[in-house]
Amino acid sequence: MTFITTLVRGTTTKEDSITGCGECQTSCQSACKTSCTVGNQDCENPNR
Amino acid sequence: MIYQFKKDNIPVVLDVNSGAVHIVDKMIYDILEYYPKKGPEPKVEKEKVLEALQGKYGVEDLNAAMAELDQLIQEEQLFSRNSTRGNNFKHVIKALCLHIAHDCNIRCKYCFASQGNFKGENLLMDFETGAKALDFLIENSGNRRNLEVDFFGGEPLMNFQVVKDLVDYGKEKAVERNKNMRFTITTNGTLLNEENMDYINANMENIVLSIDGNKETNDRMRYTVNNKGTYDLILPKIKRMVEKRGNKPYYVRGTFTKFNKDFAKDVLHLAEQGFRNVSVEPVVAPSEEDYALSVEDLPEINEQYDILEKAYFDKKGTTEEFEFFHFKMNLQKNPCQEKRALGCGAGVEYVSITPEGEIYPCHQFAGNRDFKMGSIWDQKDLDTEITSSFKNASVDNKEACRECWAKYYCSGGCHANAYHENDNLLKPYELGCEMEKKRIQNSIIIEAKKRLESEQS
Repeated sequence: MTFITTLVRGTTTKEDSITGCGECQTSCQSACKTSCTVGNQDCENPNR
Repeated sequence: MIYQFKKDNIPVVLDVNSGAVHIVDKMIYDILEYYPKKGPEPKVEKEKVLEALQGKYGVEDLNAAMAELDQLIQEEQLFSRNSTRGNNFKHVIKALCLHIAHDCNIRCKYCFASQGNFKGENLLMDFETGAKALDFLIENSGNRRNLEVDFFGGEPLMNFQVVKDLVDYGKEKAVERNKNMRFTITTNGTLLNEENMDYINANMENIVLSIDGNKETNDRMRYTVNNKGTYDLILPKIKRMVEKRGNKPYYVRGTFTKFNKDFAKDVLHLAEQGFRNVSVEPVVAPSEEDYALSVEDLPEINEQYDILEKAYFDKKGTTEEFEFFHFKMNLQKNPCQEKRALGCGAGVEYVSITPEGEIYPCHQFAGNRDFKMGSIWDQKDLDTEITSSFKNASVDNKEACRECWAKYYCSGGCHANAYHENDNLLKPYELGCEMEKKRIQNSIIIEAKKRLESEQS
Protein backbone atom coordinates (compact mmCIF):
# COMPACT_ATOMS: atom_id res chain seq x y z
CA MET A 1 0.00 0.00 0.00
CA THR A 2 1.22 3.48 -0.82
CA PHE A 3 -0.99 5.66 1.29
CA ILE A 4 -1.78 3.44 4.26
CA THR A 5 0.38 1.69 6.87
CA THR A 6 -1.54 -0.85 8.87
CA LEU A 7 -0.36 -0.64 12.47
CA VAL A 8 -2.60 -3.38 13.81
CA ARG A 9 -4.36 -5.87 11.63
CA GLY A 10 -7.91 -6.32 12.84
CA THR A 11 -9.32 -9.67 13.74
CA THR A 12 -12.73 -10.84 12.71
CA THR A 13 -14.39 -14.02 13.88
CA LYS A 14 -13.75 -15.42 10.43
CA GLU A 15 -9.99 -14.92 10.78
CA ASP A 16 -9.64 -15.46 14.50
CA SER A 17 -10.95 -18.92 15.10
CA ILE A 18 -9.04 -19.35 18.35
CA THR A 19 -10.88 -16.94 20.52
CA GLY A 20 -12.57 -16.88 23.89
CA CYS A 21 -10.37 -19.50 25.58
CA GLY A 22 -10.42 -17.31 28.71
CA GLU A 23 -6.94 -18.27 29.91
CA CYS A 24 -5.75 -14.66 29.97
CA GLN A 25 -5.42 -12.45 33.02
CA THR A 26 -8.48 -10.73 34.45
CA SER A 27 -8.09 -6.99 33.99
CA CYS A 28 -8.67 -5.98 37.61
CA GLN A 29 -5.91 -8.32 38.78
CA SER A 30 -3.35 -6.08 37.08
CA ALA A 31 -2.44 -2.53 38.00
CA CYS A 32 -5.95 -1.49 37.12
CA LYS A 33 -8.43 -1.72 39.91
CA THR A 34 -11.10 0.59 38.51
CA SER A 35 -10.15 2.16 35.22
CA CYS A 36 -10.92 -0.93 33.19
CA THR A 37 -8.69 -1.31 30.17
CA VAL A 38 -8.87 -4.50 28.20
CA GLY A 39 -7.00 -3.40 25.07
CA ASN A 40 -3.63 -3.68 26.79
CA GLN A 41 -3.98 -7.22 28.04
CA ASP A 42 -1.89 -9.99 26.62
CA CYS A 43 -3.38 -13.00 24.93
CA GLU A 44 -1.87 -16.08 26.54
CA ASN A 45 -2.98 -18.66 24.03
CA PRO A 46 0.20 -20.04 22.41
CA ASN A 47 -1.76 -21.31 19.41
CA ARG A 48 -3.25 -17.97 18.43
CA MET B 1 -17.82 1.78 11.91
CA ILE B 2 -14.62 3.81 11.74
CA TYR B 3 -13.06 6.54 13.82
CA GLN B 4 -10.42 8.95 12.62
CA PHE B 5 -8.26 11.31 14.63
CA LYS B 6 -5.01 13.25 14.29
CA LYS B 7 -2.41 13.89 16.93
CA ASP B 8 1.06 15.36 16.52
CA ASN B 9 0.38 15.46 12.76
CA ILE B 10 -0.18 11.72 12.58
CA PRO B 11 -3.54 10.86 11.01
CA VAL B 12 -4.94 7.58 12.29
CA VAL B 13 -8.01 5.58 11.33
CA LEU B 14 -9.47 2.85 13.53
CA ASP B 15 -11.80 0.15 12.35
CA VAL B 16 -13.90 -0.25 15.47
CA ASN B 17 -15.29 -3.74 14.99
CA SER B 18 -12.16 -5.56 13.87
CA GLY B 19 -9.75 -3.48 15.97
CA ALA B 20 -7.59 -2.64 12.93
CA VAL B 21 -5.51 0.52 13.27
CA HIS B 22 -4.13 2.30 10.20
CA ILE B 23 -1.72 5.19 9.89
CA VAL B 24 -2.84 7.05 6.80
CA ASP B 25 -1.58 9.98 4.80
CA LYS B 26 -3.37 13.32 4.77
CA MET B 27 -5.13 12.57 1.50
CA ILE B 28 -6.69 9.36 2.80
CA TYR B 29 -7.71 11.20 5.95
CA ASP B 30 -9.43 13.88 3.89
CA ILE B 31 -11.09 11.32 1.64
CA LEU B 32 -12.50 9.44 4.61
CA GLU B 33 -14.19 12.62 5.78
CA TYR B 34 -16.54 12.03 2.83
CA TYR B 35 -17.18 8.38 3.68
CA PRO B 36 -20.03 7.53 6.01
CA LYS B 37 -18.60 6.61 9.41
CA LYS B 38 -20.68 3.49 9.71
CA GLY B 39 -20.65 0.39 7.57
CA PRO B 40 -20.49 -2.27 6.49
CA GLU B 41 -20.50 -1.63 2.75
CA PRO B 42 -20.46 2.13 3.05
CA LYS B 43 -22.20 3.81 0.15
CA VAL B 44 -19.39 5.91 -1.14
CA GLU B 45 -20.04 8.43 -3.83
CA LYS B 46 -16.59 8.53 -5.32
CA GLU B 47 -17.57 11.19 -7.83
CA LYS B 48 -18.36 13.54 -4.98
CA VAL B 49 -14.99 12.84 -3.35
CA LEU B 50 -13.22 13.62 -6.62
CA GLU B 51 -15.24 16.76 -7.08
CA ALA B 52 -14.52 17.99 -3.58
CA LEU B 53 -10.82 17.16 -3.39
CA GLN B 54 -9.45 17.39 -6.92
CA GLY B 55 -8.27 20.95 -6.35
CA LYS B 56 -6.14 19.74 -3.47
CA TYR B 57 -4.92 16.39 -4.85
CA GLY B 58 -4.45 14.87 -8.29
CA VAL B 59 -7.32 12.78 -9.69
CA GLU B 60 -5.00 9.85 -10.32
CA ASP B 61 -3.78 9.87 -6.70
CA LEU B 62 -7.33 10.18 -5.38
CA ASN B 63 -8.44 7.17 -7.41
CA ALA B 64 -5.42 5.15 -6.31
CA ALA B 65 -6.10 6.06 -2.67
CA MET B 66 -9.74 5.04 -2.94
CA ALA B 67 -8.66 1.75 -4.49
CA GLU B 68 -6.52 1.09 -1.41
CA LEU B 69 -9.52 1.86 0.79
CA ASP B 70 -11.62 -0.56 -1.30
CA GLN B 71 -9.03 -3.25 -0.69
CA LEU B 72 -9.12 -2.71 3.09
CA ILE B 73 -12.91 -2.79 3.07
CA GLN B 74 -12.81 -6.06 1.15
CA GLU B 75 -10.35 -7.53 3.66
CA GLU B 76 -12.61 -6.44 6.54
CA GLN B 77 -9.96 -4.07 7.84
CA LEU B 78 -12.23 -1.07 7.42
CA PHE B 79 -15.99 -0.87 7.95
CA SER B 80 -15.91 -4.49 9.09
CA ARG B 81 -19.05 -6.19 10.27
CA ASN B 82 -19.85 -6.55 13.93
CA SER B 83 -18.97 -10.20 14.40
CA THR B 84 -20.88 -12.23 16.94
CA ARG B 85 -18.83 -11.84 20.06
CA GLY B 86 -19.03 -12.48 23.74
CA ASN B 87 -20.66 -15.82 23.02
CA ASN B 88 -17.72 -18.19 23.01
CA PHE B 89 -16.94 -17.78 26.68
CA LYS B 90 -18.19 -20.49 28.92
CA HIS B 91 -18.71 -18.50 32.09
CA VAL B 92 -16.82 -20.06 34.93
CA ILE B 93 -15.08 -18.43 37.90
CA LYS B 94 -11.40 -18.07 37.14
CA ALA B 95 -10.21 -15.18 39.29
CA LEU B 96 -10.56 -14.23 42.95
CA CYS B 97 -9.90 -11.01 44.76
CA LEU B 98 -9.25 -12.44 48.20
CA HIS B 99 -9.83 -9.91 50.99
CA ILE B 100 -7.20 -11.31 53.25
CA ALA B 101 -7.36 -8.34 55.63
CA HIS B 102 -10.26 -5.97 56.24
CA ASP B 103 -7.94 -3.80 58.24
CA CYS B 104 -5.19 -1.38 57.33
CA ASN B 105 -2.22 0.13 59.11
CA ILE B 106 -2.38 3.45 57.27
CA ARG B 107 -5.18 5.89 56.52
CA CYS B 108 -5.86 7.10 53.00
CA LYS B 109 -8.37 9.88 52.65
CA TYR B 110 -9.85 8.53 49.42
CA CYS B 111 -9.94 4.86 50.47
CA PHE B 112 -13.01 3.23 48.88
CA ALA B 113 -12.67 0.48 51.49
CA SER B 114 -13.26 2.91 54.38
CA GLN B 115 -9.71 2.69 55.75
CA GLY B 116 -9.60 -1.01 55.08
CA ASN B 117 -12.67 -2.45 56.80
CA PHE B 118 -15.16 -1.93 53.94
CA LYS B 119 -17.59 -0.28 56.38
CA GLY B 120 -17.67 -3.41 58.50
CA GLU B 121 -15.62 -4.82 61.34
CA ASN B 122 -11.83 -4.87 61.26
CA LEU B 123 -11.25 -8.50 60.39
CA LEU B 124 -8.48 -10.73 59.15
CA MET B 125 -9.37 -13.73 57.02
CA ASP B 126 -8.56 -17.02 58.73
CA PHE B 127 -6.91 -19.93 56.95
CA GLU B 128 -10.08 -22.07 56.87
CA THR B 129 -12.03 -19.34 55.06
CA GLY B 130 -9.21 -18.71 52.61
CA ALA B 131 -8.81 -22.42 51.88
CA LYS B 132 -12.55 -22.76 51.34
CA ALA B 133 -12.39 -19.79 48.95
CA LEU B 134 -9.62 -21.47 46.94
CA ASP B 135 -11.66 -24.70 46.87
CA PHE B 136 -14.62 -22.64 45.61
CA LEU B 137 -12.45 -21.21 42.83
CA ILE B 138 -11.21 -24.62 41.72
CA GLU B 139 -14.67 -26.20 41.90
CA ASN B 140 -16.20 -23.43 39.80
CA SER B 141 -13.44 -23.08 37.24
CA GLY B 142 -14.59 -25.75 34.79
CA ASN B 143 -11.91 -26.50 32.23
CA ARG B 144 -10.06 -23.21 32.74
CA ARG B 145 -6.43 -23.98 33.61
CA ASN B 146 -5.01 -20.56 34.51
CA LEU B 147 -6.57 -19.32 37.73
CA GLU B 148 -5.73 -16.10 39.54
CA VAL B 149 -5.81 -15.05 43.15
CA ASP B 150 -5.05 -11.50 44.23
CA PHE B 151 -4.35 -10.99 47.92
CA PHE B 152 -6.08 -7.72 48.62
CA GLY B 153 -7.19 -5.63 51.54
CA GLY B 154 -7.02 -3.44 53.55
CA GLU B 155 -3.40 -4.33 53.91
CA PRO B 156 -2.61 -7.98 53.09
CA LEU B 157 0.78 -7.93 54.83
CA MET B 158 -1.08 -7.58 58.15
CA ASN B 159 -2.10 -11.20 57.67
CA PHE B 160 0.96 -12.55 55.91
CA GLN B 161 1.21 -15.94 57.62
CA VAL B 162 -2.26 -16.78 56.27
CA VAL B 163 -1.17 -15.54 52.83
CA LYS B 164 1.77 -17.97 52.92
CA ASP B 165 -0.34 -20.86 54.18
CA LEU B 166 -2.90 -20.22 51.43
CA VAL B 167 -0.23 -20.11 48.73
CA ASP B 168 0.99 -23.54 49.90
CA TYR B 169 -2.56 -24.86 50.02
CA GLY B 170 -3.49 -23.41 46.64
CA LYS B 171 -0.39 -24.78 44.93
CA GLU B 172 -1.03 -28.25 46.31
CA LYS B 173 -4.68 -28.23 45.22
CA ALA B 174 -3.76 -26.83 41.81
CA VAL B 175 -1.39 -29.71 41.15
CA GLU B 176 -4.05 -32.23 42.19
CA ARG B 177 -6.56 -30.69 39.78
CA ASN B 178 -4.17 -29.83 36.96
CA LYS B 179 -4.58 -26.08 37.37
CA ASN B 180 -2.07 -23.25 37.25
CA MET B 181 -2.87 -20.98 40.19
CA ARG B 182 -1.18 -17.59 39.91
CA PHE B 183 -0.90 -15.30 42.92
CA THR B 184 -0.58 -11.54 43.04
CA ILE B 185 -0.56 -9.10 45.96
CA THR B 186 -1.48 -5.45 46.37
CA THR B 187 0.24 -3.67 49.26
CA ASN B 188 0.90 -0.22 50.66
CA GLY B 189 4.51 -1.33 51.22
CA THR B 190 4.83 -0.18 54.82
CA LEU B 191 5.26 -3.68 56.26
CA LEU B 192 7.71 -4.97 53.67
CA ASN B 193 10.89 -6.53 55.07
CA GLU B 194 13.67 -8.67 53.61
CA GLU B 195 11.89 -11.89 54.50
CA ASN B 196 8.46 -11.14 53.06
CA MET B 197 10.03 -9.51 50.00
CA ASP B 198 11.90 -12.73 49.25
CA TYR B 199 8.75 -14.74 49.74
CA ILE B 200 6.74 -12.45 47.45
CA ASN B 201 9.43 -12.58 44.77
CA ALA B 202 9.46 -16.35 44.87
CA ASN B 203 5.70 -16.85 44.90
CA MET B 204 3.80 -13.90 43.44
CA GLU B 205 3.44 -13.38 39.69
CA ASN B 206 2.87 -9.68 40.16
CA ILE B 207 2.95 -7.14 42.95
CA VAL B 208 1.20 -3.79 43.05
CA LEU B 209 2.90 -1.26 45.32
CA SER B 210 0.91 1.81 46.30
CA ILE B 211 2.39 5.32 46.37
CA ASP B 212 0.82 8.41 44.82
CA GLY B 213 3.80 10.38 43.57
CA ASN B 214 6.02 12.97 45.17
CA LYS B 215 6.07 13.60 48.91
CA GLU B 216 3.59 16.45 48.85
CA THR B 217 1.07 14.53 46.73
CA ASN B 218 1.43 11.27 48.62
CA ASP B 219 1.36 12.73 52.11
CA ARG B 220 -1.72 14.83 51.40
CA MET B 221 -3.82 11.68 50.98
CA ARG B 222 -1.88 8.76 52.48
CA TYR B 223 -0.96 9.08 56.12
CA THR B 224 -0.30 7.00 59.21
CA VAL B 225 -2.78 6.52 62.05
CA ASN B 226 -0.93 9.40 63.76
CA ASN B 227 -1.59 11.69 60.80
CA LYS B 228 1.99 11.66 59.55
CA GLY B 229 2.78 11.32 55.87
CA THR B 230 3.79 7.87 54.64
CA TYR B 231 6.12 8.85 51.78
CA ASP B 232 9.37 8.58 53.74
CA LEU B 233 8.27 5.28 55.21
CA ILE B 234 7.15 3.72 51.93
CA LEU B 235 9.68 4.89 49.36
CA PRO B 236 12.82 3.08 50.62
CA LYS B 237 10.85 -0.13 51.11
CA ILE B 238 9.30 -0.25 47.68
CA LYS B 239 12.63 0.74 46.11
CA ARG B 240 14.22 -2.24 47.81
CA MET B 241 11.32 -4.45 46.76
CA VAL B 242 11.71 -3.46 43.13
CA GLU B 243 15.48 -3.83 43.31
CA LYS B 244 15.09 -7.38 44.60
CA ARG B 245 12.33 -8.16 42.13
CA GLY B 246 14.68 -8.34 39.14
CA ASN B 247 12.76 -8.91 35.93
CA LYS B 248 9.54 -10.13 37.50
CA PRO B 249 6.45 -8.00 36.91
CA TYR B 250 5.49 -5.25 39.33
CA TYR B 251 3.61 -1.98 39.26
CA VAL B 252 4.07 1.09 41.37
CA ARG B 253 0.56 2.43 41.50
CA GLY B 254 -0.85 5.74 42.59
CA THR B 255 -4.11 7.62 42.54
CA PHE B 256 -4.60 11.18 41.38
CA THR B 257 -7.31 13.48 42.71
CA LYS B 258 -8.53 17.04 42.29
CA PHE B 259 -5.59 18.09 44.50
CA ASN B 260 -3.01 16.90 41.98
CA LYS B 261 -4.57 17.36 38.59
CA ASP B 262 -0.98 18.00 37.48
CA PHE B 263 -0.30 14.31 38.08
CA ALA B 264 2.19 13.96 35.21
CA LYS B 265 4.81 15.34 37.61
CA ASP B 266 3.96 12.52 40.02
CA VAL B 267 4.34 9.85 37.36
CA LEU B 268 7.66 11.38 36.35
CA HIS B 269 8.75 11.62 39.97
CA LEU B 270 8.15 7.88 40.36
CA ALA B 271 10.06 7.21 37.13
CA GLU B 272 12.94 9.34 38.47
CA GLN B 273 13.06 7.08 41.53
CA GLY B 274 13.93 4.21 39.23
CA PHE B 275 10.48 2.63 38.93
CA ARG B 276 10.03 1.35 35.39
CA ASN B 277 6.39 0.28 35.66
CA VAL B 278 4.12 3.03 36.84
CA SER B 279 0.37 3.33 36.98
CA VAL B 280 -1.35 6.45 38.28
CA GLU B 281 -5.11 6.32 38.04
CA PRO B 282 -7.98 8.74 38.60
CA VAL B 283 -9.68 8.60 41.99
CA VAL B 284 -13.22 7.25 42.10
CA ALA B 285 -15.13 9.21 44.68
CA PRO B 286 -18.59 10.55 45.48
CA SER B 287 -18.96 13.96 43.81
CA GLU B 288 -19.44 15.75 47.15
CA GLU B 289 -15.89 14.93 48.27
CA ASP B 290 -13.45 17.83 47.91
CA TYR B 291 -10.89 15.57 46.21
CA ALA B 292 -13.36 14.16 43.61
CA LEU B 293 -12.65 14.83 39.95
CA SER B 294 -15.31 16.34 37.73
CA VAL B 295 -15.97 16.81 34.01
CA GLU B 296 -14.71 20.41 34.29
CA ASP B 297 -11.26 19.01 35.12
CA LEU B 298 -10.98 17.19 31.78
CA PRO B 299 -8.95 19.78 29.83
CA GLU B 300 -6.30 19.80 32.55
CA ILE B 301 -6.31 16.01 32.87
CA ASN B 302 -6.00 15.55 29.11
CA GLU B 303 -3.08 17.96 29.03
CA GLN B 304 -1.34 15.79 31.64
CA TYR B 305 -1.78 12.69 29.48
CA ASP B 306 -0.17 14.63 26.61
CA ILE B 307 2.75 15.64 28.83
CA LEU B 308 3.20 11.98 29.74
CA GLU B 309 3.06 10.87 26.13
CA LYS B 310 5.83 13.32 25.26
CA ALA B 311 7.88 12.35 28.33
CA TYR B 312 7.58 8.70 27.39
CA PHE B 313 9.54 9.40 24.20
CA ASP B 314 11.92 11.90 25.77
CA LYS B 315 12.99 9.36 28.40
CA LYS B 316 13.00 6.32 26.15
CA GLY B 317 16.51 4.87 26.14
CA THR B 318 17.58 6.88 29.20
CA THR B 319 17.92 5.76 32.84
CA GLU B 320 14.50 7.28 33.49
CA GLU B 321 12.74 5.22 30.84
CA PHE B 322 9.32 4.11 32.08
CA GLU B 323 6.15 2.29 31.13
CA PHE B 324 2.86 3.95 31.98
CA PHE B 325 0.22 1.27 32.51
CA HIS B 326 -2.49 3.10 30.62
CA PHE B 327 -0.32 3.69 27.58
CA LYS B 328 0.52 0.03 27.16
CA MET B 329 -0.99 -1.64 24.17
CA ASN B 330 0.11 -5.05 23.07
CA LEU B 331 -0.07 -5.20 19.30
CA GLN B 332 1.55 -8.59 18.83
CA LYS B 333 -0.54 -10.55 21.28
CA ASN B 334 -3.55 -8.33 21.65
CA PRO B 335 -6.68 -9.66 23.31
CA CYS B 336 -9.11 -11.59 21.15
CA GLN B 337 -12.47 -10.22 20.17
CA GLU B 338 -14.29 -12.33 22.73
CA LYS B 339 -12.20 -10.84 25.50
CA ARG B 340 -12.82 -7.33 24.21
CA ALA B 341 -16.55 -7.86 24.35
CA LEU B 342 -16.54 -9.44 27.79
CA GLY B 343 -14.67 -6.74 29.73
CA CYS B 344 -13.43 -7.26 33.26
CA GLY B 345 -15.70 -10.22 34.00
CA ALA B 346 -16.76 -8.98 37.46
CA GLY B 347 -19.64 -10.98 38.87
CA VAL B 348 -19.29 -13.49 36.07
CA GLU B 349 -15.80 -14.92 36.07
CA TYR B 350 -14.20 -12.68 38.68
CA VAL B 351 -15.50 -12.35 42.24
CA SER B 352 -14.23 -11.03 45.52
CA ILE B 353 -14.46 -12.90 48.82
CA THR B 354 -14.48 -11.13 52.18
CA PRO B 355 -12.88 -12.37 55.44
CA GLU B 356 -16.29 -13.78 56.44
CA GLY B 357 -16.52 -15.74 53.16
CA GLU B 358 -19.16 -13.56 51.52
CA ILE B 359 -19.03 -13.38 47.75
CA TYR B 360 -19.38 -10.10 45.82
CA PRO B 361 -18.99 -9.27 42.10
CA CYS B 362 -15.72 -7.45 42.79
CA HIS B 363 -13.80 -5.67 45.53
CA GLN B 364 -15.59 -2.40 44.75
CA PHE B 365 -18.95 -3.93 45.71
CA ALA B 366 -17.74 -5.76 48.82
CA GLY B 367 -19.91 -4.94 51.81
CA ASN B 368 -22.86 -3.69 49.73
CA ARG B 369 -25.58 -6.15 50.75
CA ASP B 370 -27.55 -5.54 47.54
CA PHE B 371 -24.67 -7.16 45.68
CA LYS B 372 -24.00 -10.12 47.94
CA MET B 373 -23.96 -13.09 45.58
CA GLY B 374 -23.67 -15.78 48.21
CA SER B 375 -21.26 -17.27 50.69
CA ILE B 376 -18.60 -19.92 50.36
CA TRP B 377 -20.13 -21.56 53.45
CA ASP B 378 -23.51 -22.09 51.77
CA GLN B 379 -24.12 -25.01 49.53
CA LYS B 380 -26.40 -22.83 47.42
CA ASP B 381 -25.72 -21.57 43.91
CA LEU B 382 -24.72 -17.95 43.46
CA ASP B 383 -27.47 -15.35 43.12
CA THR B 384 -28.43 -15.72 39.48
CA GLU B 385 -30.08 -12.31 39.33
CA ILE B 386 -26.83 -10.54 40.23
CA THR B 387 -24.77 -12.72 37.88
CA SER B 388 -27.23 -12.06 35.04
CA SER B 389 -27.18 -8.31 35.61
CA PHE B 390 -23.37 -8.29 35.23
CA LYS B 391 -23.42 -10.67 32.28
CA ASN B 392 -25.98 -8.41 30.67
CA ALA B 393 -23.88 -5.26 31.16
CA SER B 394 -21.95 -5.70 27.92
CA VAL B 395 -21.07 -2.97 25.45
CA ASP B 396 -23.92 -4.12 23.21
CA ASN B 397 -26.45 -3.41 25.94
CA LYS B 398 -25.15 -0.01 26.99
CA GLU B 399 -26.66 2.78 24.98
CA ALA B 400 -23.70 5.10 25.51
CA CYS B 401 -21.29 2.42 24.28
CA ARG B 402 -23.14 1.28 21.20
CA GLU B 403 -21.91 4.11 18.99
CA CYS B 404 -18.62 4.70 20.81
CA TRP B 405 -15.38 4.05 18.95
CA ALA B 406 -13.54 3.06 22.13
CA LYS B 407 -15.93 0.32 23.23
CA TYR B 408 -13.67 -2.61 22.40
CA TYR B 409 -10.70 -1.09 24.23
CA CYS B 410 -12.46 -0.42 27.53
CA SER B 411 -15.21 -3.03 27.04
CA GLY B 412 -17.78 -0.76 28.59
CA GLY B 413 -15.67 0.44 31.50
CA CYS B 414 -15.80 -0.35 35.18
CA HIS B 415 -19.16 -1.64 36.45
CA ALA B 416 -18.52 -0.22 39.90
CA ASN B 417 -17.87 3.24 38.50
CA ALA B 418 -21.14 3.06 36.54
CA TYR B 419 -23.08 1.92 39.57
CA HIS B 420 -21.54 4.40 42.01
CA GLU B 421 -21.94 7.35 39.67
CA ASN B 422 -25.29 6.56 38.05
CA ASP B 423 -26.83 3.81 40.18
CA ASN B 424 -27.05 1.82 36.96
CA LEU B 425 -24.70 -0.86 35.63
CA LEU B 426 -25.76 0.00 32.09
CA LYS B 427 -24.89 3.70 32.30
CA PRO B 428 -21.13 4.25 32.11
CA TYR B 429 -19.29 6.81 34.22
CA GLU B 430 -18.95 9.66 31.76
CA LEU B 431 -15.76 11.24 33.13
CA GLY B 432 -14.13 7.79 33.17
CA CYS B 433 -15.11 7.30 29.51
CA GLU B 434 -13.59 10.60 28.44
CA MET B 435 -10.31 9.93 30.25
CA GLU B 436 -10.17 6.43 28.83
CA LYS B 437 -10.65 7.74 25.27
CA LYS B 438 -7.81 10.18 25.73
CA ARG B 439 -5.53 7.44 27.07
CA ILE B 440 -6.38 5.12 24.18
CA GLN B 441 -5.67 7.85 21.61
CA ASN B 442 -2.31 8.53 23.21
CA SER B 443 -1.46 4.82 23.39
CA ILE B 444 -2.19 4.44 19.70
CA ILE B 445 -0.13 7.50 18.83
CA ILE B 446 2.78 6.08 20.84
CA GLU B 447 2.57 2.85 18.84
CA ALA B 448 2.27 4.81 15.60
CA LYS B 449 5.35 6.88 16.42
CA LYS B 450 7.33 3.76 17.27
CA ARG B 451 6.40 2.25 13.90
CA LEU B 452 7.24 5.41 11.99
CA GLU B 453 10.56 5.68 13.84
CA SER B 454 11.47 2.07 13.06
CA GLU B 455 10.61 2.58 9.39
CA GLN B 456 12.89 5.60 9.19
CA SER B 457 15.85 3.89 10.85
